[in-house]
Amino acid sequence: MTRTPKQGRPSWVIARTDLRQLLQARDFWLPLMIVALLFFVIIPTFLLLILGSVKDANLAKKLSDVVGSLPKDLQAKVHGQKGPASASYALAVYLFAPLAIIVPLTVSSAVGAHTIVGERERGSGEFLAHSPATERQIYLGKLMASLIPGYFTAAMGFLLYSLVVNLIVGPKLGGWFFPTTNWWVLMLWVLPPFIALALAVILAISARVSSAAAAQQASALATLPLIVIAYGVSSNTLFRGMGTAFAIGGLAWCGAIFALWRASKAVSRERLLGMGAT
Amino acid sequence: MAPETGSAVALAGVRRTFGDVLAVDDLTFEVPRGTVTVLLGPNGAGKTTVVRLVTGALHAHGGTVRTLGLDPEVDTEGTEIRRRCGVVPARPALYDRLSGTDNLEYAAALFQVHPGLVQSRVADAAQRFGISDALHLKVGGYSTGMRARLALARAVLHEPDLLLLDEPTAGLDPESARTVLGLIDEMAEDGKTVLMCTHLLLEAEGLADQVVVMDHGRAMVSGSPRELTRQYWPAARVILDADDPAVLDAARALPFVRAYERNGVALVDLERETDVPDLVDALVGAGARLTRVEPQAPSLEQLYFAIRRENAPS
Repeated sequence: MTRTPKQGRPSWVIARTDLRQLLQARDFWLPLMIVALLFFVIIPTFLLLILGSVKDANLAKKLSDVVGSLPKDLQAKVHGQKGPASASYALAVYLFAPLAIIVPLTVSSAVGAHTIVGERERGSGEFLAHSPATERQIYLGKLMASLIPGYFTAAMGFLLYSLVVNLIVGPKLGGWFFPTTNWWVLMLWVLPPFIALALAVILAISARVSSAAAAQQASALATLPLIVIAYGVSSNTLFRGMGTAFAIGGLAWCGAIFALWRASKAVSRERLLGMGAT
Repeated sequence: MAPETGSAVALAGVRRTFGDVLAVDDLTFEVPRGTVTVLLGPNGAGKTTVVRLVTGALHAHGGTVRTLGLDPEVDTEGTEIRRRCGVVPARPALYDRLSGTDNLEYAAALFQVHPGLVQSRVADAAQRFGISDALHLKVGGYSTGMRARLALARAVLHEPDLLLLDEPTAGLDPESARTVLGLIDEMAEDGKTVLMCTHLLLEAEGLADQVVVMDHGRAMVSGSPRELTRQYWPAARVILDADDPAVLDAARALPFVRAYERNGVALVDLERETDVPDLVDALVGAGARLTRVEPQAPSLEQLYFAIRRENAPS
């Protein structure tokens, strides 16, 4: 059976081809998927199972104390139960939140760092530079090709994490309870602009440096503060009210849009040809 | 949009620098439609920069570039130029993790080939360049020759009006190089306009309708091989042989003979090609029984070095 080639906007054509290459590069995406599985599935499963199986009365009291040390309004949200069940709830709903941002950010950063400088390194930047795609379309294509793996990881991770939490903690709390409203806000409103913001920085770097190794190093350096901020923001989104979450998300969207617009100027035909790289 | 001019490419006083390095300096030449123009020059002469300026991948810092009658500096016209150009860069610039088919389909989509035509174009191009059997394989496993053929197939998929070939046979074995040059010759016969860069003189031999000799970013000379021969190789050279070669020495005294040398056969440089019959008459009159009279045009290599000698700084 023959496959009918699809035609689309140049930016989508570029993104589709980049994603196809990424799928072929198992040595690249497999370690990233392992990291995602570790953080979204394996570690939460391990910790929640341990918490759920606590029999020691002293340890159960200590766990209650942990919940007692959470902010007052948060304690109110933790179901009335004390001990291991409430500690499991707190761990599942509040303490793993930063991972939801860090892992997709890492995946998108790794893909984004290579995307433009990679074209230059293998010489295919020359092909793109001589193509009818505009510089804006090339940038958008590269952006999509980096965003999609990050969002895909976030969505899959979220799905798997929800399953883990509901299957392990749910029975102790009277049924499936995850995701909570705040988690939906985090995943749909706060996480997307943070990934986009990080990618804006990374693509601007990838367009300017002369090698993939340099891009990787510079991107790691540039995104580290963003990851720290994201860590704090994701915790705040869950610990504080919905108003704060929406405000933080709104600010992040503004920052992301501005950064993406600025970064779009970093991609030029001359840079695809290797001119002006540092 | 500006109307299309008679030339496929017209450069006038073009200048381009990279930092302090002057890559192209006051470059002026035209590529007539339907011809093969060869940019000849040593490495670093500025040939690749010219290709990039022609498609608008690089901006000129001075002068004017017109490609297919359009200005590559104008966004919309630049896009149109690139859609109508096929470029084979010095490095084939392929996607190694993808198959040959994927590479070609990517180019077809990017160069806006109608989806209904893509499969037939891919099959035709692959057949033409002899890579049909390898299309399903990942390009990372291709030989250098196959990569060059795939790059050529990719450049012609969208049926460009202008083909720009930058050292298309670089790194190829002689057999593959010959095949690639044959394919370029075929495309030229189909009426395509071709601008080819090379520093290999043998490559240009027989292909070029026009030669532009470049050095240090400048066009030293340009013209058809015949014009250049007339200009830089004024002597018509004839190889002579006879039953008794010593009789040929009589040619030395003839007024229209510029130079004479006998070493086995005789090499005679004449004022003009039209002097050949007079030379034969004179030698026969002197009693020579000629066994060989072979007028010889200079090879492009001889011509190239003659031009460089002529233009070398004193």
